[in-house]
Amino acid sequence: MHTVIIGVIGADVHAVGNKIIEHVLKDYGFNVVNIGVLSSQEDFINAAIETDAEAMLVSSLYGHGEMDCKYMRENCEEAGLDNILLYVGGNIVVGKQNFKDVEQRFKKMGFDRVYPPGSDIEKACEDLLKDLSK
Amino acid sequence: MGTHLLVDFGSTYTKLTAVDLEKETLIGSARAMTTVKTDVIEGFNLALEKLKNAHEMMPEIVQISACSSAAGGLKMAAIGLVEELTAEAAKRACLGAGALVNHVFSHHLSKKEIKILKSADIDIILLAGGTDGGNNECIIHNAKRLKEADLGVPIIVAGNKDAADTIDELFQNTNLEYYIVDNVMPKLKKLNVDDAKHIIRKIFIDKIIEGKGIKKAEQKTGEIIMPTPEAVLVASELLAKGHEEIEGLGELMVIDIGGATTDVHTIGEGTPKRMEVILKGLQEPFAKRTVEGDLGMRYSANALVSLVSPFEFKQYYDTDHNGFNDNFKEHAQKLHDHVDYLPDTSEDEAFDEALARICTDYSVSRHVGSVEVVYTPLGNMYYQTGKDLTDVQYVIGTGGVLINHPDAKGILKEVEQKSNRKLELRPKHSQFLIDKEYIMAAMGLLAQKNPRLALKLLKRHLT
Repeated sequence: MHTVIIGVIGADVHAVGNKIIEHVLKDYGFNVVNIGVLSSQEDFINAAIETDAEAMLVSSLYGHGEMDCKYMRENCEEAGLDNILLYVGGNIVVGKQNFKDVEQRFKKMGFDRVYPPGSDIEKACEDLLKDLSK
Repeated sequence: MGTHLLVDFGSTYTKLTAVDLEKETLIGSARAMTTVKTDVIEGFNLALEKLKNAHEMMPEIVQISACSSAAGGLKMAAIGLVEELTAEAAKRACLGAGALVNHVFSHHLSKKEIKILKSADIDIILLAGGTDGGNNECIIHNAKRLKEADLGVPIIVAGNKDAADTIDELFQNTNLEYYIVDNVMPKLKKLNVDDAKHIIRKIFIDKIIEGKGIKKAEQKTGEIIMPTPEAVLVASELLAKGHEEIEGLGELMVIDIGGATTDVHTIGEGTPKRMEVILKGLQEPFAKRTVEGDLGMRYSANALVSLVSPFEFKQYYDTDHNGFNDNFKEHAQKLHDHVDYLPDTSEDEAFDEALARICTDYSVSRHVGSVEVVYTPLGNMYYQTGKDLTDVQYVIGTGGVLINHPDAKGILKEVEQKSNRKLELRPKHSQFLIDKEYIMAAMGLLAQKNPRLALKLLKRHLT
């Protein structure tokens, strides 16, 4: 069973989507470790170390995601999580921006996949299964 | 019916408390110096003689129960993976079992850390790491290091269950004494310390007290059933929860100021009291104990004064005493060198009171949870780490200085909220009780056989 960490990063308290993501991932057979809302990068990383997770799905709904996700890849590497998959999704930037640009920026930051507002979680699950089988 | 004799082999004194089982009363108590170096029974006999002389009508002794913190108590090292998670869970398991934990290691044990373990005076090692199904590489690495080091102390393995079989094979057919028990953190942030605590107590009873020369006492006293701090925690829990139809006191805190350490015990969930507060970090134990090795009246007086500046020290010093001594570090050194010193001048008394105030304030500050403000687009939210103890109803003081001080409740006032540390979740409006008869540990022992009577006596004698 693949273990994945999910949570809402930063000073963000959007709890509903977080629960839905947990539900869908479980249906797909993942071992979901949900660290909930108001989670820091450190919370994600500590949880991934103890549970030996293979991926982290970072949610952000309040627009400050870019700031909160800065150096997350570097921090993972610093903590010894060399090959962990990093996904991010939600309203991850301030205002309305061209998603292609946003995607590129987050990929440059080390995220493996980036999802725009209103994405289906099922799509992320399929991607995750594909990436994990590589 | 007769008398149930409760014995506490302490580091300095062997304390006896006699309970009349028929009349359901406290008969009295007596103490004598603990005699670990020669024969521990000598001190016990001396105290018993004193007790019998003072209470000639004492009914025949029909039962004896004993606890011990003699010869340094129970010393443990805790090892985990992430400092805030499994290493912390392992530490809490040790503390809850009444141990002193001077060494906590996280991640992969290094050669340097093994060296520290080798030279440290440790009775048991608790090895944790990984949630069930989580990381097992680290705990296996650490198990290998411990096997190579061959420290000659029992190892309790309480980590990821997936690693249990590998570690079992690793340790089999060696002279290592090891026990594999339930994971102290089976799921992320979920604390599960009962199994580990149980085995710690068992090793303590079977092995540790023997090495410390206390086992001999068992011929006279029957089995020594637990470390003294655990007995205090048991009594606190009983007093909070109640027993059958006898009501308990609800959420409470016990402060035990000793010569070497200050222990704080709290019984209660400590969960957030307001909607906008979100709990962070590892789950807190319902019965929580913390021990401060640098806060104590004698052995630790030195370490204690090094924590505060002269200015801060004065804040704790009763200003009615003009004799405030700027060389307070020298004075602390004197107390450190003469651990059996009892204050005989009013200045020395005021000095002891200041130390007790610092012990209380600092130990509570480290025990209680705290909140941190997060500014979100939906308004202010708060993170809570640790226990919210603002609604604790009773604070109970025990330990020499509080028992003998005329204004012990004044010292206990230090537990309350501080204007300069508003984010600490300290008790706001509690009632103070003092363990005048020094019965907390004894009642923890009595509670193993007769919880009803122990609860009645606690409620009667804590005033």
